[in-house]
Amino acid sequence: MSFVSRGFRRRRPEGDVPAGRVPPGQHLVGDFPVLSVGPTPRMPLADWHFSIHGGEEAVRWTWDEFRALPSETITVDIHCVTSWSKLDTVWEGVSVDTLLDAVQHEASYVSAFCDGGYTTNLPIEDVTDGKAWIAFGYDGEPLEPEHGGPARLLVPHLYLWKSAKWVRGLRLRDDDEQGFWESNGYHRRGDPWREERYWGD
Amino acid sequence: MAGGAVLGRLTWLPAEVVGIVEEAPRVRTLRLEAPGWGGHRAGQHVDLRLTAEDGYQAQRSYSLASPPEDGLEITIERLDDGEVSPYLVDEIRAGDRLELRGPIGGYFVWAASQADPLLLVAGGSGIVPLMAMIRHRAAAGSDVPTRLVYSSRSLADVIYRRELEALADRGDGLEVFHTLTRSQPEGWSGYARRIDVELLREAAWPAEVEPRIFVCGSTGFVEAAAAGLVELGHEPRRIKTERFGATGGG
Repeated sequence: MSFVSRGFRRRRPEGDVPAGRVPPGQHLVGDFPVLSVGPTPRMPLADWHFSIHGGEEAVRWTWDEFRALPSETITVDIHCVTSWSKLDTVWEGVSVDTLLDAVQHEASYVSAFCDGGYTTNLPIEDVTDGKAWIAFGYDGEPLEPEHGGPARLLVPHLYLWKSAKWVRGLRLRDDDEQGFWESNGYHRRGDPWREERYWGD
Repeated sequence: MAGGAVLGRLTWLPAEVVGIVEEAPRVRTLRLEAPGWGGHRAGQHVDLRLTAEDGYQAQRSYSLASPPEDGLEITIERLDDGEVSPYLVDEIRAGDRLELRGPIGGYFVWAASQADPLLLVAGGSGIVPLMAMIRHRAAAGSDVPTRLVYSSRSLADVIYRRELEALADRGDGLEVFHTLTRSQPEGWSGYARRIDVELLREAAWPAEVEPRIFVCGSTGFVEAAAAGLVELGHEPRRIKTERFGATGGG
C-alpha cells in the first residue's frame, strides 16, 4: 500500500508517455545510459568468434562468417531494471533462431557467456521464435564497445541485463544455471511487465 | 562471487526522513528510518518510490552512503532535468515519508573481513557507495591499506570532505588523493585535471599490489578510470564498476 509523499508531483506531462509502452515502475529516457560491472573489454574482430556449446556438436563462427549470416533491422523498446526505458531503439542483428538452426539440441535453457566473464541465463523459449538477436549495429552504426560492441545479445522483452554485452556464445543446457546478476539478487527471468526485478518478485 | 544479497521477497517499506545534511551545492544526504529494514552491506543500493497526490509514482535506485553499522542514509545529487532528485534535494523535509526496498546488488560490495588492499576511484557523486565502504572500514576498525582517488569539479563540490580528512588523519592506512577538474583554490597541492593514466600511475596502487578495485562515477569517468587501470596492468576481473549520473534523468 502506497501513501502520498508530501509535495511530490509529476514533472513531465502525461502526454509524453505513450499508453501501453512503459512497464510499471519505469520512466522514459532520451539518452542511452551505460551500466556494466567492469572495464569495457576490447576484443579485436580478428580474434572474435561466436560459439554455441551443448548441442550435438559445438559450432563456431568467425566475425566474417557471423556477419555473412542473414541479419535484420529490429526496432524495439528496451527496459533496464534500474527503472529507465527507451522507446523505438533501432538495432541490426542476427536472429538467435538463425544461429540455433545450425545446432541439433533438445535444451531447455541457454546461458550466454561474454568477454569479461559476465553470464546470464534464459529459458530457450525466451530466445527463439523471433524474440532474441545477436546485435552488432545500433542506430545505423557499429555497436559501440560501451554498449556491448562488437556484439551483444538483445532480448528486448526482458530487462536489459539479459541482453548481455560483449557476448561470445551460448551454452545450451538442461537446467537453468543462474547467471551473474541472477546469482546476485536479481530475478531469474526478468519480465518488465510483471516487474520481475529481484529475487522473490 | 558471493551472492546472498537478498533472501526473501524485497517488500516496499514505509520510510521517514529523520535527518538532512547539506553536503555540497546540489548534494544532500537524507537519513531515513524504515521499520523492518534488514540491514545491508557496504556498496549496495536501495530503490525509492514516491507517490504523488494524483497517484503518479516514480521509482529510482540510490546508493547507500551509510555503513552496515549505522542505519540508512542516501546521498543524492540533483539532476536538473530529473523528476525525483530535485524533489529529494530541494523539497523533502524531516518528517516526510516515502517508500523504499532493498538492499539491492550483491557484486559491488566490500566487507572489512577482506584483507586485500583496497583501491577506490570516485568521480563526483560516485563517492557515495565508496564512502559506505570507507565508513565500514573505520567502523570495523580495519587497517586494510586503502587509497581513495576522488575527482570533483571544485573544492566546494567535494562531498564528505571533512569526514574524509578526519578519517585519513587517523593514520590507520587510509590515503585520500583529490583531483579538482574545473577550479582549484589558491595554493592547491592536489591534482587539477581529469583522471588519466599518469594520475592513476602516481596515485593508485600499482598492479603488483593486487588491490580490490571499485570505480564509481559517470559513464565517461568510469570508462576512463577503468581503461586506465587495465592499461596499468590491473586484472580486469579485480575492477568492479558502477556507473551513474546517466541512470535515466533521476
